[in-house]
Amino acid sequence: MNTKNMTHGINLENLDRSQEASHIEDERLAIRVENLNLHYGPTQALFNISMGIPEHKVTAFIGPSGCGKSTLLRCFNRMNDLVDSCRVSGKITLDGENIYSKKINVAELRRKIGMVFQKPNPFPKSIYENVAYGLRIQGVKDKRRLDESVEKALKGAALWDEVKDRLQENALGLSGGQQQRLVIARAIAIEPEVLLLDEPASALDPISTLKIEELIYELKKQYTIVIVTHNMQQAARVSDYTAFLYLGEVVEFQDTNTLFTNPGEKKTEDYITGRYG
Amino acid sequence: MDKLGDHISHQFDEELEEIRNRVMQMGGIVEQQLSDAIKALTDRDEALAEIVVTSDYKVNALEVQIDEECTQIIAKRQPAASDLRLVIAVIKTITDLERIGDEAERIGRMAMHFAEAKSDNKMITGIIHLGERVHHMLHDSLDAFARMDVERAIEVAHQDLKIDKQYESILRELMTYMMEDPRSIPEVVNMMWSARALERIGDRARNICEYVIYLVKGKDVRHISLEQVERDTRKE
Repeated sequence: MNTKNMTHGINLENLDRSQEASHIEDERLAIRVENLNLHYGPTQALFNISMGIPEHKVTAFIGPSGCGKSTLLRCFNRMNDLVDSCRVSGKITLDGENIYSKKINVAELRRKIGMVFQKPNPFPKSIYENVAYGLRIQGVKDKRRLDESVEKALKGAALWDEVKDRLQENALGLSGGQQQRLVIARAIAIEPEVLLLDEPASALDPISTLKIEELIYELKKQYTIVIVTHNMQQAARVSDYTAFLYLGEVVEFQDTNTLFTNPGEKKTEDYITGRYG
Repeated sequence: MDKLGDHISHQFDEELEEIRNRVMQMGGIVEQQLSDAIKALTDRDEALAEIVVTSDYKVNALEVQIDEECTQIIAKRQPAASDLRLVIAVIKTITDLERIGDEAERIGRMAMHFAEAKSDNKMITGIIHLGERVHHMLHDSLDAFARMDVERAIEVAHQDLKIDKQYESILRELMTYMMEDPRSIPEVVNMMWSARALERIGDRARNICEYVIYLVKGKDVRHISLEQVERDTRKE
């Protein structure tokens, strides 16, 4: 009985089978990387990287230790400038401007591209002052505006309900997970365009990790997020696109669903299935 | 996808190998069940038919056990890529194998009835032929699974079309017997059920071939024509 291709009279051959897959080509890009090479002294750490970071999506970088994922992330807000021996060639454009051009004000760049590190690093100040810090540096003095921004940022970082009654307490008294959300609040208080997260949950317990992941999901509505993670399941859970880096090269950059179910490259397959790493 | 092994965790290798071996074991039992059912029908062997009917519990028990092992692997290992596809393909394959077991059991029951009946042997010649063809297809689909061989899986899936055609011609033939002699209707209806069971086994063997393609190529080829499947899998 040849009814295989028909279900309730609908010819399934005509249905689009790839509807669930999103394609990077269709995305608006927040950041463009073109032919990026990076050396630490005589050693080359990144090789000819070209990729686009889609706007208002979460892009994850995965790969074994030393593959260059944190280095690449740090290129986006020129954190590598702080390393003396580091040389960068190629182009990274944000809003159409090469961030490595001489005209760029690095402090302004880092306002647009915020960063959160592996270990929470709150200042030894009150919770309130931690979040207000960036705004004060920008010269905001109006108490009402500061209050509003602090509340908005803490709500954005899903921390408000836990700290609203103790904003003047020292931030170092918060738990690790709370501190990490606090520094995310501090990063988003100055309303950046892009958030770089360098293993934001690796020092946290599983529940705090889930809270951060939930937060990332909420934050991508407003920000473009790039996350470096050692935890592959985390990359699979939180990201829309995933890049697999190996020995300083981008081996594969795909929508996350495809990368984790049917990767195009054998190296990717071996890494994500635990055959190498 | 070339091999299962080579994970950093050897235990994971062993777990995947274990579920794959269990599927082959289950496939072997089901294949035996089917060939016994056909033999019981041909030889009017009531005792053999009874063995077929009563041995279905083994297949059911294996299905439950493999399902459990797959659940454990998903919970503990979070398989990705080809490992994930293997676990999914296994879960689906054993569902089809279990149903094939049920169909074989049904044929066994018909064989028990038929052993007592006095009807002419010529009435079941077609069914026996169909049975041989279906048995062959099931064997080949399990072989494609064991070797993870896409080319073979496509080839085997093609056999289902022939089985469908043969089933239709058997139906027409059986209808002529009913028209000739209405007293034969109860028995012929039984035969129709057997033919139907065989046709369904062909469909399920085709499903197994589709899981092999999914497992190896990462492509879901259900509900699309074989020509399309061939184009899709060969263009790479």
